[in-house]
Amino acid sequence: MADLSTSFLGIKSPNPFWLASAPPTDRKTNVERAFRAGWGGVVWKTLGEAGPPVVNVSGARYGAVYGPDRRLMALNNIELITDRDLEINLQEIKEVKRKWPDRALVTSLMVPCDESSWQKILARVEETECDGVELNFGCPHGMSERGMGAAVGQVPEYIEMVARWCKAHTRMPVIVKLTPNITDIRAPARAAKAGGADAVSLINTINSLMGVDIDAMAPMHAIEGKGTHGGMCGPAVKPIALSMVSEIARDPETRGLPISAIGGVTTWRDAAEFIALGAGNVQVCTAAMTYGFKIVQEMISGLGNYMVSKGYRTIEDFRGRAVPNVTDWQYLNLNYVAKAEINQDLCIKCGRCHIVCEDTSHQAIFPIVDGKRKFVVNDDECVGCNLCVLVCPVESCITLVHRTQGVDPRTGLDYDRPAANWTTHPNNPGAVPVAG
Amino acid sequence: MTTVRETNALPGVAAGLLDAETLAANFGDLHPPLGRHEALVEADRCYFCYDAPCQQACPTSIDIPLFIREIAAENPLGAARTILEENIMGGMCARVCPTETLCQEACVREEAEGKPVRIGLLQRYATDAIMQTGRNPFTRAAPTGKRVAIVGAGPAGLSCAHALAVSGHDVTIFEARDKSAGLNEYGIAAYKTPGGFAQKEVDFILSIGGIEVKHGVALGRDIDLASLRRDYDAVFLGLGLAAVNKLGLTGEAASANVLDAVNYIAELRQAEDLASLPVGRRIVVIGGGMTAVDVAVQAKLLGAELVTIVYRRGQEHMKASGYEQDLAQTHGVLIRTWARPVALEDAHGKVSGVVFERTRDENGKLVGAGETFRLDADIVFSAIGQLLTPSSFGGESALKGKDGRILVDEERRTSAPGIWAGGDCIYGGQDLTVGAVEDGKQAARSIDAALRAGLKS
Ligand SMILES: Cc1cc2nc3c(=O)[nH]c(=O)nc-3n(C[C@H](O)[C@H](O)[C@H](O)COP(=O)(O)OP(=O)(O)OC[C@H]3O[C@@H](n4cnc5c(N)ncnc54)[C@H](O)[C@@H]3O)c2cc1C
Ligand SMILES: Cc1cc2nc3c(=O)[nH]c(=O)nc-3n(C[C@H](O)[C@H](O)[C@H](O)COP(=O)(O)O)c2cc1C
Ligand code: SF4
Repeated sequence: MADLSTSFLGIKSPNPFWLASAPPTDRKTNVERAFRAGWGGVVWKTLGEAGPPVVNVSGARYGAVYGPDRRLMALNNIELITDRDLEINLQEIKEVKRKWPDRALVTSLMVPCDESSWQKILARVEETECDGVELNFGCPHGMSERGMGAAVGQVPEYIEMVARWCKAHTRMPVIVKLTPNITDIRAPARAAKAGGADAVSLINTINSLMGVDIDAMAPMHAIEGKGTHGGMCGPAVKPIALSMVSEIARDPETRGLPISAIGGVTTWRDAAEFIALGAGNVQVCTAAMTYGFKIVQEMISGLGNYMVSKGYRTIEDFRGRAVPNVTDWQYLNLNYVAKAEINQDLCIKCGRCHIVCEDTSHQAIFPIVDGKRKFVVNDDECVGCNLCVLVCPVESCITLVHRTQGVDPRTGLDYDRPAANWTTHPNNPGAVPVAG
Repeated sequence: MTTVRETNALPGVAAGLLDAETLAANFGDLHPPLGRHEALVEADRCYFCYDAPCQQACPTSIDIPLFIREIAAENPLGAARTILEENIMGGMCARVCPTETLCQEACVREEAEGKPVRIGLLQRYATDAIMQTGRNPFTRAAPTGKRVAIVGAGPAGLSCAHALAVSGHDVTIFEARDKSAGLNEYGIAAYKTPGGFAQKEVDFILSIGGIEVKHGVALGRDIDLASLRRDYDAVFLGLGLAAVNKLGLTGEAASANVLDAVNYIAELRQAEDLASLPVGRRIVVIGGGMTAVDVAVQAKLLGAELVTIVYRRGQEHMKASGYEQDLAQTHGVLIRTWARPVALEDAHGKVSGVVFERTRDENGKLVGAGETFRLDADIVFSAIGQLLTPSSFGGESALKGKDGRILVDEERRTSAPGIWAGGDCIYGGQDLTVGAVEDGKQAARSIDAALRAGLKS
């Protein structure tokens, strides 16, 4: 049996599946239900400073984008940080941690951008004996208008400053949660590291307007006819999160910085992908908000089976293994040639490959062969772009096949040529000539 | 043949075998319509194929991928227009087409997983949506001043009339019966088109304007071809097949309980109260087509106990599709093959049973195998095909025909200038509603071109 346990910044957890700071972790009732269901840890819903509680809207705070059959592909929210009293939250955190010592419990925080505010709240959180803190620099709506959340996360200097204060005022591990609403994710990650943060977590939600009601002429979903942008999460954001995680994992300046990956994790496979890109664990919000806590059972069994099938004993055995294979475009082998091949036994003759290649690609698929409806790739034109593979409704019917013998009729060049990339390509004015 | 009413006196034949509630359930919608969500999910299954095989398989060439995409994008009225542009009876066809041998058979999902996109039900979803608005989406072109006479207000005639009206011509339809819609009203199985749909569709089609229907006027009885040609700029014949084939057995005509299936179905379709319709406990149906299946299934639904279809060749040779044979069998109808009727057993002026001879195929020729068996019967239904009555259009000599039907060219022109024909009455058709609609549409295009050419010269 595979060992799924993790030790992230020394915080022990029976599995790498944590619930992200959000409604699922808003209160003791929820968190205890989650632990009973099997979740390895939680990041408690973000706490603010003492004082009058935060006020949320009392209309629709969520929106969604659907795939077929109302499958929820993305969720959007305009919720603020916790609207419950600080003291009650702290009390509950303490109780839960006492009762569930084997689970990870990290507290998310967001207070105004001054040292004393952070110092005060950190002292209070320490009293709960929770395992660590996560600094919410990500929330893109509401709180950012008040100079917190993404308003901090979008300025690397602020990130570095707050991280430094926090490290100075607590012995607890400090995780900095990043916003994706920036141009280059490496800048805030480097800043967090420079400030002494122990880890980064990402991504928080992405600025979004989920739709426009073209009858009411207002954003969806409106409160009394008016709407505002919110933060988007769920399956649709996963590719963005994967890219950002990989950038931090392979950046020489942040390489080795622990990462807690967040964004669209829905099944064990999503988690495995983030771990392969170096994440020490994953956090989940939307999937739990769509299906309830029970999904963690599938995640645990799926990841375990995958690890057994691959001979991985622990998470560390495969963590980060995909990172060396994430590279820059300029290092891709330009002498590699693949071409599409259509398996005629599987082909159902829908013709989608033909029409997309014909209309939008390289006119490389014949629709009629010997007078019959038959779809066949024309090697003379195929550039191996993969479009036909992607639009074919039948799995494995069209595949890209690596060509190694003979001459490419499209270019007249041998298939079998030594690897060469853009850095040495004759068309590249900045190419480094190959010694020879 | 005698009509049903007179069989009331026969023992074994009775009305009201089932109570009203059961009858209502039995004759409800065979395929209930899709709800909005179901339709969206089903529409999403369409691959939007290139040069789609389903469209090629549709006799009226509806752009199926396009209309399904319009449904998926929540534009059912746009979808309906896409359908109706090619097939003005898209609503009826959605209910009665044997899709399993047409579009749905060609669907690539049929090849992929044996579960085609349910095109018929999606088509119904879209056409129901537009019929609910009560608005015909088409408008008429500027009046041409040309007048066209159409004989028969069945699918062929109505389709032709609508297209001609859209093109700006004025149309007069002469219809022998009291109601329009032809076999949609008098022939199609009741559970395929409940709720008076045939008449609603007629109203929808006629709402385009410029079409006058004269009921109770029969060609050959009240009017003749010569006068139509004289009084109108063009003539279209959509006569259907008004006569029926006879079994050719001794005693057939005299027996009160040997019935013609098409007539019986017409009575059923027109019955205000199904419980008043007499039906036997043991029924024998002779034939192998859609009519045989329909009469057998409906007899079963009316409460008959034992219904047996007897067909002279094998099940694979039956004109009824595999789907329809299944429908019969799941309704408890027994299908017996390779047997032909040789004698009616007479008991005091009524038939009490049928004697069949087993048959076999000898080099493509059907021959009797000598051996016989008999089946008890309270009613014998003959469903062995319909015929055109040449007298209705002034005798065969007026128009060239083949196998008792009218010969036409690709544009549905008959051998007589100025006369077009389509639907069941022409040679080489499929004897389906959708084929009749296509004929009417093609004839209208040809007539329009001819009349416009005439206008120019
Ligand atoms: C029992 C039965 C079930 C069927 N089920 C199906 C089915 O499920 N699906 C399917 O696609 N097809 C089915 N069909 C076939 C389909 O109904 C026909 O192919 C279609 O109706 C043909 O249309 P039409 O306009 O050519 O003829 P018809 O529908 O027969 O219409 C002809 C019209 O012309 C009128 N007429 C005839 N002679 C004269 C005259 N001399 N003067 C004036 N008017 C005249 C008739 O009264 C009638 O209204 C079925 C047929 C039958 C008999
Ligand atoms: C309703 C809602 C409220 C959220 N509130 C917070 C919050 O208070 N603090 C925080 O750090 N992130 C918050 N998030 C962001 C999530 O923790 C997480 O980063 C994001 O949803 C991406 O993960 P997912 O794709 O698994 O949902 C919230 C998300 C949602 C949907
Ligand atoms: S791989 Fe690209 S170029 Fe080649 S056949 Fe497919 S779509 Fe066309």
